[in-house]
This record gives sequence, C-alpha cells and structure tokens, in this order.
Amino acid sequence: MRGLPLIDDPNLIVGMESADDAGVYKLSDDLAIIQTVDFFTPIVDDPYVFGQIAAANALSDVYAMGGIPLTAMNIVCFPIQTMDISILREILKGGLDKMREAGVTLVGGHSVEDPELKYGLSVTGRIHPSVVLTNVGAKAGDRLILTKPLGTGIINTAIKGGLATDESVESVTECMVRLNREASEVMQKIGANACTDITGFGLIGHALEMIQDTGKGMIIDASSVPLLPGAVDFSEMGLVPGGTYRNREFTISRTDIDPKLSPYVTDILFDPQTSGGLLIAVAEDRAEEMVEELKKAGIDEATIIGKIVDEPGERIVVTE
Amino acid sequence: MAERVDSRGLSCPQPVINAHKKMKQMGSGAIEVIVDTTTSRDNVTRMATKEGWGVETREEGEDILLVLTK
Repeated sequence: MRGLPLIDDPNLIVGMESADDAGVYKLSDDLAIIQTVDFFTPIVDDPYVFGQIAAANALSDVYAMGGIPLTAMNIVCFPIQTMDISILREILKGGLDKMREAGVTLVGGHSVEDPELKYGLSVTGRIHPSVVLTNVGAKAGDRLILTKPLGTGIINTAIKGGLATDESVESVTECMVRLNREASEVMQKIGANACTDITGFGLIGHALEMIQDTGKGMIIDASSVPLLPGAVDFSEMGLVPGGTYRNREFTISRTDIDPKLSPYVTDILFDPQTSGGLLIAVAEDRAEEMVEELKKAGIDEATIIGKIVDEPGERIVVTE
Repeated sequence: MAERVDSRGLSCPQPVINAHKKMKQMGSGAIEVIVDTTTSRDNVTRMATKEGWGVETREEGEDILLVLTK
C-alpha cells in the first residue's frame, strides 16, 4: 500500500499507517470494532489440524490488540477439480471447532476455485476504544514476555523432510493450534504497554516493530527464549526455511548479536512463526506477576525474555 | 570423479535430504551438490558441516556448486 493515498477517517484508531496486527474503528465513545484477515497454504498434512491452526492464527490478531473476537467469515481457495471435497470439510471443521472454543460465531464466508489450497478467516472483534493495545507504547524498563516457544518454521521444515520426532510434531502442533485467548485475558487483567503476536517476520522482526520510530531499544536474552523441542537440532541439520534466512537478512542491520551465541540458536529468533505467541511489554513491577498469572492460566512457556531500553535506540541487542 | 547430486528446482528441505542420503551411501569421498537458491546452499552447508564433511562453494552462473569432501 506504500505510496497510495489512504482514506482519512477520524474514527479510525489503528489503520494502515502502523505495522499493527489489526485495524480498529471507533463506533461510539465506548465501543470500537477490530477487523483482521489472514489465510495461507497448508503447513501440516492433516486437514483438520490445518483448519485449527489457520483459525487460531487469524483470531490471534484480535487477541494481540486486547480485544474480544465476536464473528468470523471463512476464506477458502480450493482445487475442487483435483482434490476430494472431504478434505475441505475437515479443514472447515477444524476452523469451526477453534471458533467454538473462542466463543466466535461463524457468519459466512467466500470460496474460490484455486489450484493451490488456502484457508483462513476474516475476524471481527470488539474493544473499548480507550484500552486498544498496539505494538508501540513500550517504555524503557518494560519487561518483554513471550507466551509461546519459537521454532514452528524450522520444525515444519523437518516434518516436510520426514525427519521430525514424535515429540517435536506433538509440541509444534499443540503450539500452533493453541489460542492466544488466555494470554490476552491475563495481559488485559494485569495491564500492558504494548503487544504484538509473533508470526511471519519472526521474533526479531515483530520485536523491531515494537520499537520502530519510538527511539527505544531492546535487549533480548537468547538463553531465556523458549524454544520448541528439536528446533536447535533441526537448525543445525540445515532444515531451515527460506523465510528464516530472509527475515535475518532483512533485520540483521538493526540487530546486534553476541558473537559467542551459536548461529543455530540465534537463527531461531528469525524463524517465521505460524500462530505464534504474544510478545507483551509490561511494566517491570508487574512482569513477574504477569508470568505467574500466565502460568496459572496454563501457559507454561510464558517467560521474560528481555527488556526495553533507552539506548541503543531502535536496535535489538541479543545477549547470551 | 566426484558423485554429483543435482538439487536444482527443489525446495527445502529436499536438497538437504538428497545430499544427506548420498553422504550416508558413500561414507567418505567427494560429492558435488548443485543447487539454485541461497537457502539450499546455506542448509546443505550446515548439514554437511555438522556431519563432519568439508564444504567448498563455487558459483556456476545462476547455480551454486557445493563440493563436499570427507
């Protein structure tokens, strides 16, 4: 959309000009709607699981803004000439089950014939206009909490190569189908300064969005970042998706990595995530409490992985 | 004469799998792996290094030739 004239509207609270996860539009002084859309090609073989992942991923953008998803519409691209319709049925069932879990009503959808299968959702949610949480707003001293382990891109590559262990397959699936709802609820209860969800640009890419044009910087403690089982081994075995290298190339000029760190570990920080966790910036004195509450809500991997700093501005320093 | 593995046009992780298969078959010697993306180059290099093979990289026009030796 860069360079195109955008449409101004005084009720648009979060729009195209920011790198945020969803758009927010004020309807009245105490009500705004959140809208988002996301769909992609299958990343797992099981159609039911793919439906669940795609739905959890699309809903995540609403959770990352601190909103409550209300309704959704299916988006389907399907090769009806070459693929059995029962596959589509399983995908839609997976999506529907996630919507039911999220308390979201399916109101419709649209499908087109396409040689390449794709599925996702357009989601509408609600939020009070005064509590919209964007990806900017973090203050120096804030602690950064990550709510899901990293490595879905690498592990999905290992699965494609038939090299993933059962443990890896199980944990990556559980990670991708898990809603960010509980994480979002805890975040809203304790109070946060900024939030984003970790998806295609990887941890570093989305973390950079959090400090972009703010003058603030970030320190990430690599050893505290939760990783999916097998991620480091598969990274070392060269089972790394092209997106990981591209994300690294795109962001490395704004990142300082301790040379003592293994590239096999640090590359996971650039790995594109599917239905990744929330990255939450929270005041230092509430950070421990938030981690405790997240764990109580069943989010065992929730960890403080770093902090916001004044210097160096708009850079991420990755320490050992 | 080095064995040759042509993995051009294949997306990851297939080039890694193909090179790994050949390495296992041969155990030692020289393998020429030809790929056409930097992702494949980096991934095959990683895997071969981990398996204790030496890696030399040459550009051949649009393609990348990796010579793996052990």
